[in-house]
Parts: sequence; C-alpha cells; structure tokens
Amino acid sequence: MVDSLVKRFGQTVAVDDISLSLAAGECLGLLGPNGAGKSTLIRAIAGRVIPDAGRIEVFGSAAGSAAARAALGWVPQELAIYPRLSSRENLRSFGRYYGLTGKKLNEAVNWCLKWAALEDRAGDLTRKLSGGMKRRLNMAAGLIHQPRLVLMDEPTVGVDPQSRNRIFEMIEALRAQGMTIIYTTHYMEEAERLCDRIAIVDHGRIIALDTKEALVTSAFASRSQVLARVDGPPAAVEAWVAKRGGRMVDGTAQFTVEHPAEIAALLDSAEAAGLALVDLSLRRPNLESVFLHLTGRELRD
Amino acid sequence: MILPIVRTAIVALRRDRVSLVLSFFVPIAFFSIFAIIFGGQHNTVPRVKVIVVDEDRSRVSQQLVKGLESDGSMIVFTVPAPTKKQPAPQDYTAATAEAAVKAGDVSVALIVPRGFGDHPISFGPDSDSAKAGPTIELLNDASDSIAPQMVAGLLQKAAMTAMPEAMAEQGMKYTAESIGGFTPDQRKMIDGYLAQLRQLESTRAAGGDSAAHNGLAGGGFISVHARSVVGENKNNPMVSFYAAAIGVMFLLFTASGSAGALLDEAESGTLDRVLSSRIDMTGLLAGKLVFNILLAFTQLTVMFLWAWAVFKLDFFSHIPGFVIMGLSTAFAVAAFGMLLASLCRTRAQLGALSTLFILIMSAIGGSMFPRFLMPAAMQKAGLWTINAWAIDGFTKVFWRDLPVTALWPQVCVLLVIGIVLFAIARKIAQRWEYA
Repeated sequence: MVDSLVKRFGQTVAVDDISLSLAAGECLGLLGPNGAGKSTLIRAIAGRVIPDAGRIEVFGSAAGSAAARAALGWVPQELAIYPRLSSRENLRSFGRYYGLTGKKLNEAVNWCLKWAALEDRAGDLTRKLSGGMKRRLNMAAGLIHQPRLVLMDEPTVGVDPQSRNRIFEMIEALRAQGMTIIYTTHYMEEAERLCDRIAIVDHGRIIALDTKEALVTSAFASRSQVLARVDGPPAAVEAWVAKRGGRMVDGTAQFTVEHPAEIAALLDSAEAAGLALVDLSLRRPNLESVFLHLTGRELRD
Repeated sequence: MILPIVRTAIVALRRDRVSLVLSFFVPIAFFSIFAIIFGGQHNTVPRVKVIVVDEDRSRVSQQLVKGLESDGSMIVFTVPAPTKKQPAPQDYTAATAEAAVKAGDVSVALIVPRGFGDHPISFGPDSDSAKAGPTIELLNDASDSIAPQMVAGLLQKAAMTAMPEAMAEQGMKYTAESIGGFTPDQRKMIDGYLAQLRQLESTRAAGGDSAAHNGLAGGGFISVHARSVVGENKNNPMVSFYAAAIGVMFLLFTASGSAGALLDEAESGTLDRVLSSRIDMTGLLAGKLVFNILLAFTQLTVMFLWAWAVFKLDFFSHIPGFVIMGLSTAFAVAAFGMLLASLCRTRAQLGALSTLFILIMSAIGGSMFPRFLMPAAMQKAGLWTINAWAIDGFTKVFWRDLPVTALWPQVCVLLVIGIVLFAIARKIAQRWEYA
C-alpha cells in the first residue's frame, strides 16, 4: 500500500503524491514514458529511496523493514548480477543474502534455474551469457527467496523479441502461481498482456488507474479509432486533420468516431481538401491512445 | 582522423575533474617528497643517534665524550630519556646500550672501556703487545651499514680535536728536530713505530684487517672494534626489511583495487540489490573488509614464503610474530582500501587517489627508502603512515628477533588505524544506503 508518496531530487519532483494498493495475486502495471517516476516509485517500495512524504507498507510492514525486505523481490532495471560468477553461483550468493542455506538454498537455486530456462547454462560465467539470458538471470535473482511481492522494473529493456516472449512466459508462470507483481514498462503491449490493472504514470503522478478496458472506456467511451494515411501537401494534411479534430501520429492521421458512418464524411472531406487516400483502418483504442488522450504526448516521448 | 579521437579523449578527461587534478598533482607531490628525503631542498642530513658509555671516566675519555657530543652530525645519549617509571634514569651501561641497539632505539653504541685514558692511541710500542690499551667497542645494527662507518670516522675526528695532549705525543718528532736530532737508539725506536704505522695502514688498504672488513676504522688514532649486535647471524640482512617494505606497498594497492569492487557494484546496481536483501551497509562493508584482510594476509604470506625459499629468510621460526603483524597490517590496509573506495565516485578517481596516497605513504613510510636514512622530520612524518608501523613491526620480528610482546606498539597503532579508517569509510558509505 502506497499512500500520498512524495519524493524530490533537488528541484525535480520524481514522485508527486502517489497512492495505490494491490490485492494479493494481482499484477499491477506502471505504464509511462522514461522519466515518469516509475523506477523511483519501485525503489521506494523496495526501501531503497526514502520518501519526503507519504507512507509505504508491504503486507503491513513499513518499506525497508526486515519483514518488508523478506517479503519483497526486486528485479532492478540494471543487470544487477555478478559478471564473474556463474548463473548458479549468482543465485546461490543472492540466496545466502536472504538467509537461505543448505537444502532450501539448493532447491531455490534449482527452481530459479528451471524457471529462467538456464539449467543448461548454470555453470557458465554470467558475462558469457547472451543479453536475454542475463535478463532472465537478473529476474531469477530477485525471486530466489520466493517473495510474496515482486517488483519488476522494466525487465525487458534491450531484449530481442524472442527473449521478450520467453520473459513474458516466465511472468505468466508466476501469475499462475498467484504471485503479486508490480511491473513497470513503457511498452503498452507488455502492460496489456501481463497486467490486471494499469496505472498510467506521467510527471510523477498516476493520471489513471484501472483495467485496460476501463481505461479505454473512460477515455473513449464506445468510440473507435480511424487511422488514415493520405497523400498530399503536408500543410494541407495538417489543416485537414485539425479541422476534423484528429491528430498526426507517425505520419498517420488518427480520428475517433462513434459510428462507422462517420468514416464516409471523413473521406469526403479529405477528397475535398485535395488529399488522396493511401490506407485506412478502424480499431478499438488502446493504451497508447489513452496515454495520448490524457497527456497529449506519445508514450515513447 | 586523429584529431576527433584526441578531442573526445580530452572532453572525457575534463569531465572527471578529480582525475584530471590528480594526474597533475600526483607527480608533483611525489617529486617533492623525494626531493625532501634526499635533501635536495632542505639539505638536512640525518643525524645519527649514538649511545656513548664511558666506563673509564678518565680525563681523556671525558674529553672524547665531550668531543663526540659537540659534533653536529650525531645525537649523543649517555643517559636514557626519563620516563614516568624512571624519572631520573642511570647512565647507560654496556649491557643497556647493547639492548638499546638491539631494540632499534639507536643505530650505534660506543663503549669506552676502563683504562682507555692510559693508552688512548692505537699505535706505539705497546700496540701489538699485551700491554696495548683497551679498544673502544662499537656496537651496531647490521641493517644500517652507513651509521657505524660515519660514527667510526667521527670518533677519529673527535680524537684529533678533543684529545690534543694525546696527539702531542706525536710532537716528539718535531721536538727532535728542534733539539738537533735523536741518538741512534732513539731514532731506531721512532723508526720502528713509524714502520708499524705504515704496516698497519698497508694492511687496512689490502683489506686484511678484520675491522676493515666492516669498513670501520680499526687503524685510526683510536683503536675501535666493531661488533654487530643485531643481524650478525642473518643470511641476507635486508631481505626481511624489503619483504615487509615492498609487501606493504603492494598490499595497499591490492586493497584499494579490491575495495574498488564497491564502485563497480554501485554502478551496476548490484549494491542496491544486495542492500534490499537482509544485508545492511555495515554488514556489507564488514564482509568486504574481512575478504580484503584475508586477501592481504595471503599476499603477505606468499611474499614471505618466497623470501624464505629464494632468499633464505628465516620464516618458520617467526610464525607467531608474522601472523600477529600480518593480520594487523592486513586489517589496516584493508580498511584503508575501503576508505579510498568510499571516497571515490569512479574507478578512475580511485586509481588516481590510491596512486597518490600509496606512493606518498610508501615514500615517507620507508617502503622505498629506509626511514633511518631520512631527515628527522621525515622520519617523524613517516609515523603517520601504515607502512612505517608495519615495517617496524616486521623488522622487530625478523631482524631483531624480539618476542611478540614487543610488537604491542605497532599492533595497537595498526589496529587503531584500521578501526578509525573503517569507521570513516562506513560514515561516507551512507551515500550508497538510500536515495
């Protein structure tokens, strides 16, 4: 439970009055652009950042307390593992840091290696592993003590699509076990695929928090999105988009419509403006659309 | 194509200002220290500490002692410094003077024996007979080969300047000239004396005299017998000194390099992750400290074993002293490394800062140049370094063969240094604890 959390670094307000709570077994996504304050929030929950105001409790214990630390698993954005140790040695080291010994430690290490699909590379030095394998080991090290709550701070940064899918499968396996997860990302697809609820974070604030469907409905009701690519002078295209209340995103004009019948009027106006239609599609708005709608900026900005 | 590379390197160097400053400061500081040590700027030749025991108490011997005391190249002690236990100590005796040389309090002791005043000169009709006068004994520490030679020379000088009546004996020659010559018997006798002197000098030149072996003045106006009371049975006098001196210097480099792992872990985020587990900062630093102590101790052990195997250092009969001094030194250097690492922000800063501190400490502390050859002020400054205390301790063990109980000053100082440095490192490491 996070209550009215504030954290400043000099003049910069990294976290600005954030409150949230999680149910057991829930996966909460923190979705926002780089610099939105997601990592600071995660680090505060992990007890590594002292808030200027507010309160954080982990299963009833204050963040940073021994009980909270034992209940928490933290997967930092950086590859926080020992490069000169093997995968198994890394896991054994972190296991010992959490007080695991003997048979319990061995079982935990074996479980982590299996979960991260690193059993056949257990003896390899970490620095010799591929980027995706290092990421998986980085995640496994955060789960070595079987925490009740896992904080995952952008675990797929710099990972190729194939390895990303493997990581998604790992996280889905954790969800199936009923583990509570807080997952930060600036990739909309990850939040949509993995999270029960999504908090949209911008400039240190949670500007929306709900399920994906509820967020979309709240922003767009039953309206759909029309994506149109047209050919014509840029000034004419911009004037047409502005007149019809749309936005240009990556060279594509985006509009929201209540009924498909509105599309015909849209195309007529394009023709009237001297623009030639190249491509047209209709879709349900997504989280990217919600973020754009709420902030006026793209998620990746 | 070269210019862009140079420009990038310059910009990168300018970003790390601490490294930039140190890269200029280190060589200047180091040069200045060596200039001071070798007297280039201050021209302060180290004064030799000498104990003089006057067993004769004759007018001649007292004149000689006075002559020695008035020489600016020596600091002459005839009485130990007063202590709380002994506010009015007795004069040194031959035994206490020898003990003082063995303990390293002074490099040389001169024992002026009874009867010296009756036969102060080393040549003459009785020089080879049983009636020859007693010889001054020069007790020295073989690790310092310069001090005894210097003292022996100064002794002859003092004899020349402080014992004019003895030298007047030689004036007979001039007397003979002034009175018109000696009788043939008188001439024969004097020629005999001169022949003896010439023979003595030629023997010294050929290196056949036992005293000349030591490079000491056995054939001067005053007869001196030199005896090493420390290290006379050692196979290789300076090996134990350099094993400690070089060992400590590289221990410091190893410790600071190893402690630098903290910076790597802080940069990679591993430190944060470890601190989010059960381990707190004190535990983390203590763990690193223990590792660095073990690393340093192992390094020292390997070094001394090498000295034993290759240079015949008598290692195995000094195990208790070695372990005590080794662990104390390892603790101090490990804490020093932790402090440096906690002070720095980057590996480059640590490299520059450790080079600066370690080279300065090694130069002043005697790792590169024996402290007893340095000016007095530098010798005192050396007491602020880990090197000096560690080298002194190892010297006590391997050179002076002192019991482990004699190591308490060095052990106490090294432990205090270690505790204080670690406490400061812990305080500074707070910056890694929380944001």
